[in-house]
Amino acid sequence: MVRYFTRLRVRRIYKWGGRPYIFDRKLKSYGFEYLNMSVEGQEAVTTVTPGQYILIEGNDDEYPFVAKLLKLFGDESHKQKKALVQWFLRLSEVPQNKKLLLGRSPHPQEIFYYLGRACDDEINAESILGTVHVQHVPEDTPFPEPGTKDTLYVKLSWDTKAFNVLDPVLMQDTSASTPPKPALPLFTPCASPTATPVSRGPVHHALPTPDPTVMRRAGSVSDTRATMSAGKRSTLEAESIHSASKLSASKILSAKRRGSAADTPGVRKKLQLSIGASPGKKMTRADVLCELLDEEMESEKVVSLKLSSSVSHSLQHGCSLSPMRSGCKTPNGQRRFPWKLTSISLDRLSPTALGEQDFSSDLLLAVIPLALEDEVFEAGLPTDAGSANTPKKRQATPRRNYVRGQKPTTPSRRKESAMAIREPALGVLAEEDSEDSPMQPIALTPRSKRKSAQLVSLRIRKQLNLLDNTQELISDGDDDCFVPSKKELQSSSDEEKTDSEEETVARKTRGRNCKTSVRTTHKTPSKKVTPSTPRCATPCIPSRTVPARQPGNILEEARARLHVSSVPESLPCREQEFQDIYNFVESKVMDGTGGCMYISGVPGTGKTATIHEVIRCLQHASDMDEIPTFRFIEINGMKMTDPHQAYVQILQKLTDQKVTADHAAALLEKRFSNPAPKKETTVLLVDELDLLWTRKQNVMYNLFDWPTRRHARLVVLTIANTMDLPERIMINRVASRLGLTRMSFQPYSFKQLQQIITSRLNKVKAFEEDALQLVSRKVAALSGDARRCLDICRRATEICEHSASHPSSAGLVKMSHVMEALDEMFSSSYITAIRCASLQEQLFLRAVIAEFRRLGLEEATFQQVFVQHRTLSRVEGLQPISLSEGLAVCQRLGACRLLLLEASRLDMLQRVRLNVSQDDVLYALKPVRD
Amino acid sequence: MSKRKVKETHMPVGECISQVQMILRERFCHQRLPEKPVGMESQHKHLLELLRRTAVHGESNSVLIVGPRGSGKTMLLNCVLRELLEVKDVNKNVLPVHLNGLLQTDDRIALKEITRQLNLENVVGDKVFGSFAENLAFLLEALKKGDRSSSRPVLFILDEFDLFAHHKNQTLLYNLLDVSQSAQAPVAVIGLTCRLDVLELLEKRVKSRFSHRQIHLLSSLSFIQYLDNVRSQLSLPQDFPDTKFYDEWNDSIKTLCEDQLVVDVLQSHYNSSKDFRSLQLLLMLALSRVSASKPAIKPTDLLEASRVCMVDSKANILHGLSILELCLIIAMKHLNDIYEGEPFNFQMVHNEFKKFLQRKSHSIHNFDKPVVIKAFEHLQQLELIKSMDSSTAKIQKEYQLMKLLLDHSQIMEALQKYPQCPTDVKQWAMSAFG
Repeated sequence: MVRYFTRLRVRRIYKWGGRPYIFDRKLKSYGFEYLNMSVEGQEAVTTVTPGQYILIEGNDDEYPFVAKLLKLFGDESHKQKKALVQWFLRLSEVPQNKKLLLGRSPHPQEIFYYLGRACDDEINAESILGTVHVQHVPEDTPFPEPGTKDTLYVKLSWDTKAFNVLDPVLMQDTSASTPPKPALPLFTPCASPTATPVSRGPVHHALPTPDPTVMRRAGSVSDTRATMSAGKRSTLEAESIHSASKLSASKILSAKRRGSAADTPGVRKKLQLSIGASPGKKMTRADVLCELLDEEMESEKVVSLKLSSSVSHSLQHGCSLSPMRSGCKTPNGQRRFPWKLTSISLDRLSPTALGEQDFSSDLLLAVIPLALEDEVFEAGLPTDAGSANTPKKRQATPRRNYVRGQKPTTPSRRKESAMAIREPALGVLAEEDSEDSPMQPIALTPRSKRKSAQLVSLRIRKQLNLLDNTQELISDGDDDCFVPSKKELQSSSDEEKTDSEEETVARKTRGRNCKTSVRTTHKTPSKKVTPSTPRCATPCIPSRTVPARQPGNILEEARARLHVSSVPESLPCREQEFQDIYNFVESKVMDGTGGCMYISGVPGTGKTATIHEVIRCLQHASDMDEIPTFRFIEINGMKMTDPHQAYVQILQKLTDQKVTADHAAALLEKRFSNPAPKKETTVLLVDELDLLWTRKQNVMYNLFDWPTRRHARLVVLTIANTMDLPERIMINRVASRLGLTRMSFQPYSFKQLQQIITSRLNKVKAFEEDALQLVSRKVAALSGDARRCLDICRRATEICEHSASHPSSAGLVKMSHVMEALDEMFSSSYITAIRCASLQEQLFLRAVIAEFRRLGLEEATFQQVFVQHRTLSRVEGLQPISLSEGLAVCQRLGACRLLLLEASRLDMLQRVRLNVSQDDVLYALKPVRD
Repeated sequence: MSKRKVKETHMPVGECISQVQMILRERFCHQRLPEKPVGMESQHKHLLELLRRTAVHGESNSVLIVGPRGSGKTMLLNCVLRELLEVKDVNKNVLPVHLNGLLQTDDRIALKEITRQLNLENVVGDKVFGSFAENLAFLLEALKKGDRSSSRPVLFILDEFDLFAHHKNQTLLYNLLDVSQSAQAPVAVIGLTCRLDVLELLEKRVKSRFSHRQIHLLSSLSFIQYLDNVRSQLSLPQDFPDTKFYDEWNDSIKTLCEDQLVVDVLQSHYNSSKDFRSLQLLLMLALSRVSASKPAIKPTDLLEASRVCMVDSKANILHGLSILELCLIIAMKHLNDIYEGEPFNFQMVHNEFKKFLQRKSHSIHNFDKPVVIKAFEHLQQLELIKSMDSSTAKIQKEYQLMKLLLDHSQIMEALQKYPQCPTDVKQWAMSAFG
């Protein structure tokens, strides 16, 4: 079944097949019915038709990307070949941390219906490798025996947040789920349209960043978006525009325009049929689809009767209930007419729509899959409801309100009937949707096409379902559809009932498809046993039996807050650095480009903490849909055993593969140098960069070279301690690739340190003001290391606690406590050590100094010192010790590092040096002599 | 009942002595921890508080215990751990991991040992799976998984901490200290070392992650306290079965400690070193002289033991040399005098020796050169002389430069004590020309 060719080895030739039809007059793009692929030098021709499942060239030869082809189109010259697809994901493409959400071991052939928004669904048709068979497996049935390797199974959908049960309808009529939809903010899908009307001005997002410039940018982005959609239409291939939002907007626009070719569906239908009947065709999938279409043609007649009634019924319903639905029913014929009569809400919509009605018909046809043209409505409808549903949508796609108006005019009646047929099945989807919707509003990104489109399409189905319900059975589900609430989180039984009823209707109409789905359920279940090998096991420290005690009094509270590990609410004193890094990373993520940054600073100046804070903010921003999603990976030169392990760790964090270092390097090289249709920006933090130094410096070279690749979309942030690291240890070609984006973190000044402590303490009054100042001044003078400062403060609270007679009565930490802590940490212990040494040891030290004075050198052999020692002990009136004993004394002093000794095998010839200054020794010995 | 008690109080002397030997040996050989560490109360409190906070509150800490050898670092730590584990909440909640720089000589071994002691998933039996890199990743992953409130605190005890600082890149120390400074599984890193300059060994980023808490164990024990300590070390515990013997023994110990001879011996020991380990060695030697026929420690026992302890090992070796070897040593001594410590070779020593034979030897034979070479080599093997050249292979044996590893005083002393030393040799030793 699989007829794809491994790339690089063979050259494939792509040719358009079938008759091109004009798709978009303005853009001069054509749609095509199928694509012929052949390998150079071979006879066999593979034909790819929309509706088929295809394999698309990706990073991995073994596992190419899977997608369903929705549409083929190209430009006038027939050279540019593009395709519109619905993506499917393999498990390996799901982010590492989300894999657990699956909750079971994945089937090796399992793929997931992609409901996400981050991936561009427009691909180069020449990256198509071939076709593949995809089978939908219902949720509760087990996977079939892994018979053919070429069949992939779909069970669940993946929306970048969670796995959901995939509705069979989505699989059968997939094109409906991927209408070329503008990615627009869809903050409150459940908000009723009677809510505040939205002006056409820029959308203002609540930015979590403290940066006013970011705010401004966000504003300007939406500005451009609005203008783009309103007026500018000439920038079809504006893909190089640096703003991601612009990019997506332009793409949407172009897609719209492509879809606006005035072709009659009837013609297409015929074409489709003729293709299906063509003798040279081998695609079974296409056959199936054609047959399906045939069936539907037949059933139309039956349903059309019902349909007419349903339209009228829904009309009334819509007027009475909500303006949303009124959009769906904007009737027959008056397409260029604002519908002021029927609904109030339409009035509200109308200003934005005025003068753009001529576009609306085009929009309706936007990207209609060739094979399943019945789904035109489903493709078009979501856009309608989307605009009605979400107030903000209107800015960009204002004219959709009238789309339905063309129903009787352009598309034949057949279409309507098709829609009516679909309705029951869609009902199931609507239920699905309502389950999802409570959490989706937050997750939506304004710039993502697919996600919002999906959601909107689901919502319109819900509306349709509602219409259906009202006409067929009066159910209580209506309310649910309008107000998705927590009630819907659990699937209620009555919903299921309506589902099943609807299902029966669907089955009647969709004869053959039903059969296939039934067949799949009968396949034998394949159980997969996952052996718990130590490698796969997630390691963890056993949990404690008694929970950790919470801090009891103020001092304990302060101590907990002052611990370095406690994550502060904000990072004071690094605002400028934060801003610079934030802007750097944000711009790279938005543009989808790559870059390097080098950050230096002495230990404890908040380098890593600042970057983590930046990433946290950016993650938040991407959760709020302000920037595209990105991937954050962190490696640390100190946390690996060998520089080459960096490759292994990066690859493991990217794809969860465990390979050797060389292989990992090759895979990463391939990943970052090849274009991939769906790639998110990767932000890589390399901590302790200097540890990645190797003789050939190839690790560093690669790390800095990858971001410069065109398709890499890699941002590398590197951290090291020394400012001149690039100049000192890097060879020119590495240093050059690192670039000049550098930043250095200065040691904290005493004011900053004080601010850090104060902000950490956060109104817990545990320190005297002077005490804090003393600590911060002392640390700032010595190192400016914030960790040191916090540790001293922590120690001071302990001393304070101990000095108090009663733990609860301990007051504020005073100067004396801080002084004691400082003494403990900073004072050298040599002098105390000398004072506590035994008499002979002290004598030996004096002998060393005496010998040094005699020699005029800072070094003497033990033999020489021992002579001095003997004389000194006679002077002191002590019994002279034997040489062995003298040597033992010397060794003891050497072990404490009061003396520096040569290796002891030299015996009495070993040389002796002092590790302390002579003055210190004499000072330490003075009181003893007195 | 009473009968049995009477019987118990009058155990035969031999049995009592063996009891005494057992109790005191256990004490001296570090097999039993003392009830309370002596002379380090504040340090004890500090460490106990610190570890208690880790165990109870899940607060990560790092601390170094610094003190000269034999100052009781391990003893203090063990006392604290014992006390900590007696607390009920803590007992099941901490995971101590013991590492020693002398055993875990590199990070690979150390990691395996940690994984084994923590009983992580990649351990089956005593075997740890995975490569070095995998082990590190695995351990870090494990520690990262934990959090302050839910996972058990891990106490990493690093004996000979300074040796860990010599591992490549200080990877282990960095990672342990990094965990202790970040919101991961609570750990306490306790380092034991005798080096006062241990912080200078740490790399700057490792140093920054260390909390700079150091507990110094520097005994400022006075001689009176030292004496008290000796008495308590030798005294029998209250629960000794034979009360009569108990009283007798403790009285004898008391009088022993007041004896002037004993005080002198202990004073010289105290002057030499204050640590308990050398004292216990001394007492151990004295204790081993106690027998059924001599059921108490006498001052002379202690004196003898002290002599054994303080003996000069090289002087002892000299006593066992032959006359020829002794003559060679004397010749070397004269060469040292003449050339002021410059190295010599065999030929020079042999010439000096021949001069002595020609001039005034009456008792010494004229040995053949090979015999003298043999004697010379023997001295080298005893490490009384040491070759100065690093590459010995190139130079002929006779011309290798050597140095004497003996002091003049040692030679003279050995000659005095040497049994039946010929007088002409003695005289030659006194003066090269006389």
